[in-house]
Parts: sequence; structure tokens; C-alpha cells
Amino acid sequence: MQISGAQMVIEALIKEGVDTVFGYPGGAIMNVYDEIYKQDGFEHILTRHEQAAIHAAEGYSKISGKVGVAMITSGPGFTNAVTGLADAYMDSVPLVVISGQVPMTLIGTDAFQEIDSVGISRSCTKHNYLVTDAADLPRVLKEAFYIANSGRPGPVHVDIPKDVTAQIAEFDYDFEVELETYKPTTKGNYRQIKKAVDAIANASRPLFYLGGGIINSNASDEIRELVKLTGIPAVETFMARGVLGHENPLLISMLGMHGSYAANMAMSETDLVIGIGARFDDRVTGKLSEFAKNAGVIHVDIDPASISKLVKANYPIVGDVKSVVNDMTTIAREKVDKQRYEPWLETIANFERLHPLSYNEDTPNLKPQWVIEKVGEMLGDNANISTDVGQHQMWTAQFYPFSRPRQFSSSGGLGTMGFGFPSAIGVKKADKERVSINFTGDGSILMNIQELMTSVEKKLPVINIILNNNYLGMVRQWQTLFYNKRHSETDLSTQPDFVKLAESFGGVGYVVRTKKEFEDALNDAIKKDVVALIDVKIERLENVMPMVPAGGSLFNMMLENKGDK
Amino acid sequence: MNEVSQRRVISVIVINESSVLSRITDLFSARGYNIESLTVAPIPESKYSRLTIVTSGSLRVSEQITKQLHKLIPILKVIEHEDIVEKEMALVKFSLDEDISAIDTLAQAYNGKIVNVGDNSVIAMVADESKRVGNFLKAIQKYNPKEIVRSGAVALER
Repeated sequence: MQISGAQMVIEALIKEGVDTVFGYPGGAIMNVYDEIYKQDGFEHILTRHEQAAIHAAEGYSKISGKVGVAMITSGPGFTNAVTGLADAYMDSVPLVVISGQVPMTLIGTDAFQEIDSVGISRSCTKHNYLVTDAADLPRVLKEAFYIANSGRPGPVHVDIPKDVTAQIAEFDYDFEVELETYKPTTKGNYRQIKKAVDAIANASRPLFYLGGGIINSNASDEIRELVKLTGIPAVETFMARGVLGHENPLLISMLGMHGSYAANMAMSETDLVIGIGARFDDRVTGKLSEFAKNAGVIHVDIDPASISKLVKANYPIVGDVKSVVNDMTTIAREKVDKQRYEPWLETIANFERLHPLSYNEDTPNLKPQWVIEKVGEMLGDNANISTDVGQHQMWTAQFYPFSRPRQFSSSGGLGTMGFGFPSAIGVKKADKERVSINFTGDGSILMNIQELMTSVEKKLPVINIILNNNYLGMVRQWQTLFYNKRHSETDLSTQPDFVKLAESFGGVGYVVRTKKEFEDALNDAIKKDVVALIDVKIERLENVMPMVPAGGSLFNMMLENKGDK
Repeated sequence: MNEVSQRRVISVIVINESSVLSRITDLFSARGYNIESLTVAPIPESKYSRLTIVTSGSLRVSEQITKQLHKLIPILKVIEHEDIVEKEMALVKFSLDEDISAIDTLAQAYNGKIVNVGDNSVIAMVADESKRVGNFLKAIQKYNPKEIVRSGAVALER
């Protein structure tokens, strides 16, 4: 079939099973948008900023498990999208991002809206392409989807000059991707897995350290089975929230800088770390030389470069989590006796009794933790949760009762303020049955506030719960603790009227100061089923605790929430 | 133990396509790895090119370099050399007023010779292990070299 490059993009997306494209048109991508106008194979969601298009595609991907797709134009369209690409790269989110480029004849001439897009995206994508001939498009697009969603997933960027989208060439999409230089290992080495399970069977205080790779591998059921079978306690990283579910008796909590006391102490006292799909990030380990100091390390990961990058693995296993965990379970059935770990569970229970994850309702103002718990109580499994970045994000990870994988979409690695709202729009598109909540702060929400329009226009209602302390809270917390209370440029007392703001876009807004007002507002927002801003006035100086100061040892936690008192 | 910084030679076989070199150099700069020298040329009768990269770092760093290189999509093979034959070339320009026969004798000791004689200057070439090329360049300092160019190392596993 002889068709144009622009038509090829449409045909390829449809053949890849794409039902949603997030994007924003412009000069260099107009030929493709012209074809979007003519087709009905997928829905295009017009965001109001290119960065939001990428974050929406991320949210869509995280909740649906499918590759997220976004489309943007050249120059500023592309540069606006870079933060999104970097975010997806850090959190291993499979995306295909298609950008327009100035015509081949103008490349290198500093043409209008020209920028070296592939040069910029090289360091924040898994792979990228500049397509110089329409005849290459079917292969490039098929490879892009394959690379994005295989091995350790990540964003792939395809840059297409305008004249290539107009060029006519042969389109055939009926072939298998064959990349001789890219063959991710999926099956773990069986002998190595056996040795690892032997080490588990001989350990006294083993600990599962579960990461986001489990969600990428769709291996939560398998992990739940292995944890249950072995009776070994587990901690989750921020990216793994929902893997075991909050009701799992063997789940301690999240670990790391704002992990629970019990989770961090368990990691400090364990004699065998069983790391699965986690990457020993600095926010998890604290001071490396003190991290799990007396423990052996099993590390299962599909990315060989993650293994022994920061913490030396005694049992490195490269492979897809699902396949490796299945093998581990088979072997563990024979070898592991769960009674062996009972004294260890008792130790951990003591840690939990000593300093449970908690907060004090010692002020008249609402506590952010209460708000999050309340949403959990009211909606629980019936909500998908996005967050922005900061204190509210950590409180959400600590206090929301996540019950399943793919319930949570947040910016972990890059820590992108402004992620939450567009993410929650993508989340709603992926799962219309559930309520899409965005926990946000009064700082973060203004970083992509224009998405109120997208949410209203496309009838993708998101309930934004602004935990409003009139501060750039997390930075304020660090200034309080480490900069002698010099709150440099973090006081956000000058604020918009969030109610009027929401209403001006056709949404609803609420100001909330009491528990009753909050419950009423949330119920009303759910009923109204349009985009909502719930402006929750919270205790200004609440800190996220526990806290391991950056570079400190995991067991050296600040525990008390003194605020500025 | 694993933290002693050492000179390391890595060969990389890549698909010969545009931007593959930037992918590699971007990776080195983004992750803070050194490049002491880098050579690249197509492998005859194939669609591949071979790069020889001389770098330095601890065992842990060099393991990371190797793994990160492997992750780049157009890279076929990464070989971290242990037992290698390694050669580097240098060209040095001298004024005709210098002691040309002494320079020629020195060059011969390093697998080289005078390769060009012009109106005002001569060019000597040497080809040897990188370290010995360095020695040669020290030895010829007293003949006031006008220009020096080194090729960077190429290497093959024994």
C-alpha cells in the first residue's frame, strides 16, 4: 500500500492497538494532525501544554499497562515535552513520543521552530530516531513500540521532518521486529536462582525489598504468592506501592528517606536483602556504607546495569521478574521452611510497636495525613491515585491504603512538580470506572493548572485535593531542619482563589477547613463528576516524618513531628 | 579493593549509523566517565564500526561503563580487554634545522621513520604501545617538535 508518511503514523498507531493519543499540534506536525482529523481509530486528547501531554500519557500507561503515546510539534513543542520524557525515562515508563521536525531541506539552517530534538532527547530516552525517509517509518515505529515496552521499559522518541510526513512510500506493517543488537534477557539463570533460594533457606532475617520493576513485569500475583509461601517480611519502595496490598500481614511499609521506622530498621537488621525489581536508589539506601551492612544481597532485575551499580550483589540474577519469581517459588516450595523466620517477624513487630507510622491531631487545623486516610477510607480500591511532588506525595505513599498494583501514578525518580494533574487525566482515560484522585500541593498544582481545560473539555474528571499549607512544603521542611528556619522563597501565602479558578474553567471548587467540610466536598465532587479543586487548609508546619537526612544512615531517623515548634 | 583507578581499554562494535558516536560520547559525559582516547573506523565488509576507547576508572566504574554501553540499542558487543596487543601512532613535525638523522634513529627505535620531507620541515611517524609513544614524545622534546598528533590507541585481544 502506497501512502504518505503522515498516514503511516496513523496506520501504525492503530495496528499497535493504540486507543488514545495525547498531544498538541503545530507547524511541523500538521500533516499528521490532518490525518488524525480524518480517522476514527483512536481518540486524540488535546492537552493545553506539551509537558502535560507526556505526563498524561505516563499516567495512562501506568494504570493501563499499555504503551502511552504522545504527539507534539518541533522546536518549543518538543522542548516543552522534554521534562516528560526525562520523567518517563527515570521511572521506566513505556512511551512512544512522536514529534514533528522542520523539513529535511531546512535541517541545520536554524529554521523557524527548529531545534536538534534527537540531540536533546538522547540522554533522556531509552532510544530515539530521526526518520529521514518515509520508507523507514513502518520499521521505525514498530521498533519504537517494541523497544519502549520490552526489557526495562522506557520512552522512545521518533522525530519526523515535515517533508517525510508528506512523502509517499510503501507501507507494510506485517513483520516481526528483528534487532540483532537488542535482545533483553528474560529468563533468569536457573542455577543462580537455586543458589539464591538456598541463601534464603539458610538466612535468619531475610527481607524482601520490592521495587517498581514488579509492576512493570505484571508480577504482583507471583510476588504475593512467594511472600506468602516463604513467610518472609517485605518492604516496598515508593514505586512499588500496591504490589502487596496494605492488608498483607507481611508488608511492613515503605522504606527509605520517609519510610517507616520498622521498614528502615528491618533493612538495617536483615541478614539477606532479596531485592526484586528495585534499584537501590539514594532515597532508599541513605548512606551506602551503612546500608544493610551485615546482609548478603540477592538482586533480581531485567537491567544488568542496575545490578551492583550501587550495592554489590552476592546473587545477581538478570531476568524478567515474573519468570525469575516463578522459578524461585518452585524451588522455595521444596527448600524454605517459613517457621524459621518467626523470631525475625517478632523483632519486626516490636519495631512496629515501638514507632508505628502515625501522626498527632494536636492542632485545630486539619492534618494532611488524616485527609489522605479519609480518602482511603471513603474510596479505597475505588480510586486511582496520582500525586505531584513534595510533602503531600510522601504522605500519600505513607498513608494511602493501596490495595493493588497500577493504582498509583507518581513521579518517583525525577520528582517532577506538575506531574500529578495531567497524570490523573491520563489515569481517568485508562480507567473510567474509578475516581481519579490527584493529591497535590499549593506549589505543584499551579505548575500544570491549565489542564483544568483538558479535563473539562474531554469529560475526564479529576479530583485535585490540594493539601494547602501556603508553603512549598518539602523545601520549607528542609529549611526548617537544616537551614536554621531561613524559609527562603518558600512562603506561598499569595494564592489564587482556587474555587473561582476551578469555576472559571467549568469545574467545581471547595475550600475546606474541617473534617466534615472535607467529607462533604469529596462526596459532592464525586457526585458532580467534573474536574474539582478541593482546597484543604492544613496545618502549616507539619513535617513528613520519619525522615532520614540526605546522606544519613537508614537507621538514624528523625521520628518526632515537631514542626517549627 | 575494587576502587583502584586503572587505565582500561574497551572495544565497542556498533551498527554504523548516524548519531551512534554521539550516543556513546553522551553516555560518557552524562555519567561522568573519562575518555582518554577514542578511535573509530568501519569494519571492512560489514555494517559495523569498531571503536577503541581508552578510559580510566575503578573496576566498579568500568563494569558500569560496559553495562551502560550494552544498553545502547545500536551496540552489538562491548569487549573489555585484558590481554591485548595495543598500538598507537604519532606524527611529529620538525624543522629541517634539527638533527634529522638523530630523529630518524630515535623514530626507528619506536617502529617508525621519517615519512615526509618538505621545504622547511620533516615529519616523523612512530607506531607503538601508547606508553612507548609517550616515551618517544618525551625523548624528542630536545629537537623542538613544531606539531604533534597522536591517533589514539587501537587494540586487539591476543
